[in-house]
Amino acid sequence: MNQEILDRLRMDDRFPHILCPGCGIGSAMNAMIRAIAESGLTNDDICIISGIGCSSRVPGYIDADTFHTLHGRAIPSATGVKLAHPDKEMIIIAGDGDLLAIGGNHFIHAARRNLDMTVILINNHNYGMTGGQYSPTTPQGKRAKTAPYGCVERAFDACEMGIGSGAVFVARSTTYHTPHLKGLIKQAMKKNGFALVEVISQCPTLYGRLNRMGDAVKMLEYFKENSITVSQVKEPKDAEGKIVIGVLHDIEAPEYYESYRKVCEHAQRR
Amino acid sequence: MQGNIACAEGALAAGCQYYAGYPITPSSEIMEHLSNRLPEVNGVFMQMEDEIASICSMIGASWAGAKAMTATSGPGFSLMLEGLGYALMTETPCVIVNIQRAGPATGQATRPGQSDIMQARWGAHGDYRIIGLSPWSVQEMYDLTIKAFNLAEQYRVPVILLADEVVGHLKESFIIKPELEIFIRDSTMTDKPFGTEQDDGVPPMPAFGQGAKLLVTGSTHNQFGIRKVADPKVQDILVNRLCNKIDRHKKEICETESYLTDDAEYLFVSFGISARSAYAVVKQLRNQGIKAGLLRYKTIWPFDEDELKQTAQNCKMIFVPEMNRGQLVLEIQRVLCDKQVISIPKTQGEAIYPSEISNEFKKYTT
Repeated sequence: MNQEILDRLRMDDRFPHILCPGCGIGSAMNAMIRAIAESGLTNDDICIISGIGCSSRVPGYIDADTFHTLHGRAIPSATGVKLAHPDKEMIIIAGDGDLLAIGGNHFIHAARRNLDMTVILINNHNYGMTGGQYSPTTPQGKRAKTAPYGCVERAFDACEMGIGSGAVFVARSTTYHTPHLKGLIKQAMKKNGFALVEVISQCPTLYGRLNRMGDAVKMLEYFKENSITVSQVKEPKDAEGKIVIGVLHDIEAPEYYESYRKVCEHAQRR
Repeated sequence: MQGNIACAEGALAAGCQYYAGYPITPSSEIMEHLSNRLPEVNGVFMQMEDEIASICSMIGASWAGAKAMTATSGPGFSLMLEGLGYALMTETPCVIVNIQRAGPATGQATRPGQSDIMQARWGAHGDYRIIGLSPWSVQEMYDLTIKAFNLAEQYRVPVILLADEVVGHLKESFIIKPELEIFIRDSTMTDKPFGTEQDDGVPPMPAFGQGAKLLVTGSTHNQFGIRKVADPKVQDILVNRLCNKIDRHKKEICETESYLTDDAEYLFVSFGISARSAYAVVKQLRNQGIKAGLLRYKTIWPFDEDELKQTAQNCKMIFVPEMNRGQLVLEIQRVLCDKQVISIPKTQGEAIYPSEISNEFKKYTT
């Protein structure tokens, strides 16, 4: 392992980590740490915040201020930290159940508010920590522990949801495309406002096994073969059944804290 | 000034720099006032998407070093219990104001109640101790809000101001003392922000950004903050310290007030606005030559058992008027199990009147 990565980790008794063999979360974490390092940020410049779930265990391995909050509540918790500490770079790591089901309301309102933070959604299409139940991103018809006959519900498109809610930067990658993912996370952190990076990830132990998708390598090959970049999508049907990766949305909008500071200045001039 | 506004001003006087809340009757004046005042003092005001987000963002702000508060009422307080448990487990100083209304559920949104007393004490899951204060006047809406911040910062615990709609909307004049005692959090750098040598200690709390590389988690953790979710000893040490740090400091935390109790044969025990009606009854009875007294709990949680035992020692009967179906009376019956303790409940969503208390008193004494 690269020394630069090791230096960023808490190397006491936290390892070996809890992730299953073949899990994609480590790859996403690796990309995130490299993105932080390449952005010139030290571990003192960041605060890593999570809720509950497999991906929410990532902050515990990183030697920085880390905040392992309640299930679904990473974003509101980060909101308080950021507003009381606006100089810190807020990085939120969340799973699909955590961010989009129990934390769905917080997610859309944070995007609308446009407070400067980067949300990394590790989407493995199921609740891994609790044993593989279906999540808001489980595709219709796919199996999960609570969908033995196939998932009846339709899935969320987290990126569309982010765009629709007002996020200023929305991008997607997969655990196969880690250098690409790293670049997107760097862009997201640089963006002044609410940024979302969705990482399509594999859960070979549960979702993959239940849907006979093969081992981690097979699942990564699937990501490789079924991904298409934003620029390759010429018309909507090109994206059908594909994972569209790249920057999906990048706009400018007033950042919340800066706007709030103007309110303070106004209140103090009165 | 209105009680709710006095509470908001008390928060500012205590140094509150962060407020997050969600509109709910009958507490909304607190957030309306702070939305105006906090920007003037470079504080942060946030109207969040719900009460869960409110309490979580307040906890985040507290870990970033800010004194933080939220205010709500019954239904909102129910939603906040999740975050309350997290604040207890992570020992996060914060103040939660509950302007109680009549419940359960939506109940009577604009009417007063005191029926969240036990919810405040037991509502979050797991074993813990909490601090709960009960103001009976606009003066105390101000004073006890300041006290709530001081206790929260000193003991690293969420403190609940258990007010009610009557006190919240009451208008009275009150005195702002020019000099206040304000407790400043111990934010000494340490690698053990979650443990002390003693089994009832309060560890220092460095903030995010101070360089402590904090590990804050709601899972069971050791003194360093490292998750130890299957270690029976770590769970035992943590939970016992969370309880001991409050239980063993009752003398410093608890505040009660006694009125004419020295020779009292009949003791009224009450809190908040109910105690004010009970006080009027005590004065009436004294005028009639009946030896009545009042013990008023300003600190409800932790419950001061010693003070009750001592005050009630020579009393014949104890009466507990409260605006609920009988909640604090359970504590009093538990402590004074050899005495006749009579509950005077009122569940009509309005203040308990002195006449109602004295009528009940007469039933049992004539």
